[in-house]
Amino acid sequence: MLYREAGQFRATYAEDQQIFPLRQDRVAIGVLLVAAFIAVPLVADQYWLSALLIPFLIAALAALGLNILTGYAGQLSLGTAAFMAIGAFATYNFVLRVPGIPILAAFVLAGICAAIVGIVFGLPSLRIKGFYLAVATLAAQFFVLWAIQRIGWITNHSASGVITAQNIAILGVPIDTPRAKYLLTLSVVAVLALLAKNLVRSETGRAFMAVRDMDVAASVIGIPLMKTKLLAFAISSFYCGVAGALYAYTYLGTVEPEAFNLELSFRILFMIIIGGVGSVLGSFLGAAFIVLLPIALNLVVPPISEAAGIEIPHAIISNLELMIFGALIIFFLIVEPLGLARLWQIAKEKLRLWPFPH
Amino acid sequence: MGSPVSFFFEVVISGLLAGVMYSLVALGFVLIYKASGVLNFAQGAMVFFAALTFVSLVERGVNFWLAIAITLAVMIVLGILTERIVLRPLVNQPAITLFMVTIGLTFFLEGLSQGIWGSQPHGLELGIQDQPMQWLADRTGMFVSQFDLFASAVAAILVTGLALFFQRTRIGRALRAVADDHQAALAVGIPLKQIWAIVWAVAGFVALVAGLLWGARTGVQYSLTFVALKALPVLMLGGFESIAGAIVGGLIIGASEKVAEVYVGPYVGGGIESWFPYVLALVFLLFRPEGLFGEKHIDRV
Repeated sequence: MLYREAGQFRATYAEDQQIFPLRQDRVAIGVLLVAAFIAVPLVADQYWLSALLIPFLIAALAALGLNILTGYAGQLSLGTAAFMAIGAFATYNFVLRVPGIPILAAFVLAGICAAIVGIVFGLPSLRIKGFYLAVATLAAQFFVLWAIQRIGWITNHSASGVITAQNIAILGVPIDTPRAKYLLTLSVVAVLALLAKNLVRSETGRAFMAVRDMDVAASVIGIPLMKTKLLAFAISSFYCGVAGALYAYTYLGTVEPEAFNLELSFRILFMIIIGGVGSVLGSFLGAAFIVLLPIALNLVVPPISEAAGIEIPHAIISNLELMIFGALIIFFLIVEPLGLARLWQIAKEKLRLWPFPH
Repeated sequence: MGSPVSFFFEVVISGLLAGVMYSLVALGFVLIYKASGVLNFAQGAMVFFAALTFVSLVERGVNFWLAIAITLAVMIVLGILTERIVLRPLVNQPAITLFMVTIGLTFFLEGLSQGIWGSQPHGLELGIQDQPMQWLADRTGMFVSQFDLFASAVAAILVTGLALFFQRTRIGRALRAVADDHQAALAVGIPLKQIWAIVWAVAGFVALVAGLLWGARTGVQYSLTFVALKALPVLMLGGFESIAGAIVGGLIIGASEKVAEVYVGPYVGGGIESWFPYVLALVFLLFRPEGLFGEKHIDRV
């Protein structure tokens, strides 16, 4: 009753092409943004901000980047964490070596660095497809981490490659409290998510999807394959690079190259698979699921074992969590291979008909 | 130490023999990919699971051969259960979903094996010394490990056995038919479900062999699951569908990795073995996008 498009007429092209055609969607997004920008910083405590919301937002941004490449352009990548690493370490160097650089400019430049490396490692995609390409992107993962660890200049010759993010400020306002960091992260993520939402419904986005569905057919109808694939790699790496920069500057603070290992790449891949491949919303849902799952397991498992009267050693609990994590992923993929975004879509369809389903 | 030439040969030979070890892991991937189109990332976890189960049984006083038999039974049951519970509901899903589900399986198996047997590292003794062979060293001045030769012999037997199994037996022919075209195989009356169960069981067996050899080489510990990452460039180079490719790819990767490590490594600060195989395979792929022995795919619009 509340959620239907009846009576909402579109009289102009501008109205027809707007990003959220339904009034209810616009209101919901507005409420969500107001809540995220105003209510959450007022209500949430330090733990919520710095242990849950900031990692969630950063993970969502990285997942969004991967989703552009894998979900929209159809190029499977296992090297996401490497591009995040480039973003993090490039930001560090820009802030270190360019005095007085605005931090947002450093983020953007770092994203561009990641995009350039992304184009280089995207070049094989012109020849190689499918799993061969996926394994080839592992080359990026291992090579980039190795290079960061070996080339002392990148880490300013710190021992074992660990860098500490400098203190940052925007227009003289220091970003040092969890609240300020949360707001910075949220702003960056919100802007980039809006851009992504627009990107995927533009000509470029449609070209991506044509390449994903069948690249030979796409090239037959005149889509330049090289430009499209490399652009997908560049944009995706840009997003991942910015996510990596945020990871270092608003979440971890002190970063070693090993933080961006293969496991992180896999986690981000899980996010888009569970959230929904080829969906902007899915990136956020998947990130929420993967970030919250270990925390939820941590909360749930000990009380159950206590209630059952069994003293489970810590080592077994961590293995149990690993098992539950793996089993849940398998379960989700079997039950809903199209991801959480699909569930949301089904819910919306139902809502439109409710309360008279016929 | 002999002359530079014999040192070079020594490096190449030890690399080739190390490559055989990679091939062993790659074989498990190839079997499953061939028959069901699933890139089974959990192969590394299966290797770890097999080795850990075997070692723990032996440490609890089980007879060596009995332990092998029990572990083999466990691996076959595990393979069949995986096929039945995890993969059958996902038939006809996109390949990326199937790949992700095997990563989920990897986490599950890692948790399961360490949850049951504990996470402390074990040593594994097969009764073969990891020492250079004395008579070869005396004759030619080259140091080649006895254990490496043993591993290659096992690999050779395994590959010959698998090749015979695939070419000569009824089940083997059915397996190849399924690999060629699922629907056509189903249409001529090949029981697809049974065949997939058999493939997973065989992959479990290969994982056991690889687990024993790798476990004896590096010790049985969590890092054993990363042998999967060693096998991936081998697969890429050889082609995902080819048993011969897994062997040849392993030899190429093993030899060139060792040579690069010895002759190039010192100039760039070492540690290049983490990425060198991937870059090498990548260069190969630029010329042959489906690997050396992979099947050529022709795209039609």
